[in-house]
Amino acid sequence: MDRIFHALADATRRDIVMRVVQREHSVSALAASYAMSFAAVQKHVAVLERARLVVKERRGREQVVHPNPDTVREAARLLEHYEELWRLRDQSISKVLSEDREEDREGEKS
Amino acid sequence: MTVISSNKDTEALTLTFVADFDASAERVWQLWEDPRQLERWWGPPTWPATFDRHDFVPGGRSNYVMTGPEGENGPGWWVTTVIQRPYRLEFEDGFADENGDPVVEMGSVRVVVTLEEIDGRTRMTTVSTFANVEQMQQMSEMGMEEGMREAMGQIDRLLAEDDSA
Repeated sequence: MDRIFHALADATRRDIVMRVVQREHSVSALAASYAMSFAAVQKHVAVLERARLVVKERRGREQVVHPNPDTVREAARLLEHYEELWRLRDQSISKVLSEDREEDREGEKS
Repeated sequence: MTVISSNKDTEALTLTFVADFDASAERVWQLWEDPRQLERWWGPPTWPATFDRHDFVPGGRSNYVMTGPEGENGPGWWVTTVIQRPYRLEFEDGFADENGDPVVEMGSVRVVVTLEEIDGRTRMTTVSTFANVEQMQQMSEMGMEEGMREAMGQIDRLLAEDDSA
């Protein structure tokens, strides 16, 4: 549970995601960017992998990290549905408010 | 109503929806506070909601059921976490089983609502945060999607009513 939250709660991991979204990186290239051990960077990448934010693959002697396109695309599609829900709710709120105003006017007339 | 902005953050899994209403913050707050008024807008037009319980206090529980066009039921729950009348409200929203108990494995959506008065109107910002993509998938599969599609046809009607008002 909460894997994505947990994954993005750490500044280094957010930074890794930002870099990887722009273009793929090898784990060793990422390790060179931070003042921490190769093993520590590898652990961060593993957390991002479990949250399905990135995909790691072995290419020859290198481990290459790139964003997981499925997760990002799926998140966008689902957020769109939720966006429609709020649009509908806000429209209904607006309708309730305008009905109230009409009732007020009716009340004044009678 | 004027939609000011809608922002989808696919990394943080949040939706931030901002709209202005022609009413005071106090009036908009009542739409959240009073279950009878909440029922008038919480469910999409084809899935109206009924609130059986609405303990609108920090830590308070709410139970609702949305009823679909074929008579199908979509039960849900809230736990209100923060209330700063009439400017801020936070709650968790999730799916419930037939008894109104939370379906734990589905998790919940964290919703933060802020109301702000600007030039006699009220700006309402809702920030909804999902736990993960799987949860969003389940939620949208649980009837939400269908309800949404059917409800789309109602939008134009509502807009037309607003224009003629």
